[in-house]
Amino acid sequence: MARIIVVTSGKGGVGKTTTAAAMAMGLALRGHRTVVIDFDVGLRNLDLIMGCERRVVYDFVNVINGEANLHQALIKDKRCEKLFVLPASQTKDKDSLTKEGVGRVLAELAEGFDYIICDSPAGIEHGATMAMYYADDAIVVTNPEVSSVRDSDRMLGILSSRSRRAELADEPIREFLLLTRYSPTRVAAGEMLSVEDVQEILALDLLGVIPESEAVLNASNSGVPVILNDKSEAGQAYADLVGRYLGEKLPHRFLEVPKKGLLSRLFKG
Amino acid sequence: MNLLDYFRNKQKKSGTASIAKERLQILVAHERSARNTHSYLPQLQRELLEVVRKYVTVDQDAITISVEQEGTQEILELNIILPDSPGR
Repeated sequence: MARIIVVTSGKGGVGKTTTAAAMAMGLALRGHRTVVIDFDVGLRNLDLIMGCERRVVYDFVNVINGEANLHQALIKDKRCEKLFVLPASQTKDKDSLTKEGVGRVLAELAEGFDYIICDSPAGIEHGATMAMYYADDAIVVTNPEVSSVRDSDRMLGILSSRSRRAELADEPIREFLLLTRYSPTRVAAGEMLSVEDVQEILALDLLGVIPESEAVLNASNSGVPVILNDKSEAGQAYADLVGRYLGEKLPHRFLEVPKKGLLSRLFKG
Repeated sequence: MNLLDYFRNKQKKSGTASIAKERLQILVAHERSARNTHSYLPQLQRELLEVVRKYVTVDQDAITISVEQEGTQEILELNIILPDSPGR
C-alpha cells in the first residue's frame, strides 16, 4: 500500500516543487518505487524542475478523463529507474481535477508504487485542496518570513478539516514542517525568524531545514533535482530530510553561521 | 561587516525578527480561534442583525457574538449596542 505525501504551503514561491522533486528523487534513490504528481493544472512546472519537459505526451488530466492510461502518461526518470513523473495539464481547466477522478488515479498508482508525492499548487483553491485531500502525510513548506508562516498556519487548518481523513474521522494527516531558504547569518543578526521561532508559532514536527543556497537555482536551471548535488548544503539537507522522513534520527545541519577565520571576520563579511 | 559593525550587532540583539515573531503570534492565535468557532455563527449574527434592524436602526458592527467554553458548557454571548436616540 502506497503512502501519499502532499507537499503544500499556501504561499507561492517557497519551494514546494523543489521539495517535491528532491524528496521524490531521494526516496527513489533509496530503492522505493516513487511517483511525483504535478497538481498545478494550467501552470505545470514540475516537469521543468525534473528535467523531463520535452518528454511530456499525456498528462494527469488525460488520465482522469480516460484519454490516456497511466502507462502512457507516466514519465520514467532517466537517472533513477524507480522514479516516475506524472505531469499536470497545461491547457485544461483546474476543475478537471475531480475528487472521484483523482481518487481513482491515486488508487491505481497505489498498486504499483511505495510513495506518491503530490506537488500542490499555491493558494487554497481547488487544485491545492485536491492535492491534499487523499494525503496520509503533509510536508508544509515554509519560509522564515511572516506571510509564509501565516499561510502555512492557514493550510494546517485546511488539512485538519477538509481532507479525506478528516471527513472520515480517520487518524489525522501527519503534518511536518520544512523550513526553506533559511539564512543562519540573518537569524544570528536578528533579521530572520529562527527555526525555534517558527516551530513555536506553528507547533509542528520539524522534518528539515534547507539553507538558502545558490545550488537550488542552479539545479532548476539545469533540470536536475537539487538532492543530486551532494556537494551542496541544500542537497545534503534534502538527503537528511528523506532519511528523517523514513525514521532515521539525524541532527539538523546548517543552522549555524559558518565559522570564519579571524582575519576575514575583522576586515570583511 | 567590519569591526565596528561587529560590536554594534552584538549590542543590538533585537532585530526585526522579534517584531515578526510577536506579530505572528498574535495573528495566528486570533485566526486559530476564529477557525474553531461554530460555522453557523456568522449567519446567526447576520440574521439577528436583520431582526433587530426591523425595530431599531443599528450599525453593521453594533452586534457581536462570541462563544466561550467554560468547562463542559458553552456560553453564547450576544451583545447589541443600541443607538442613543431611538431610530424610528
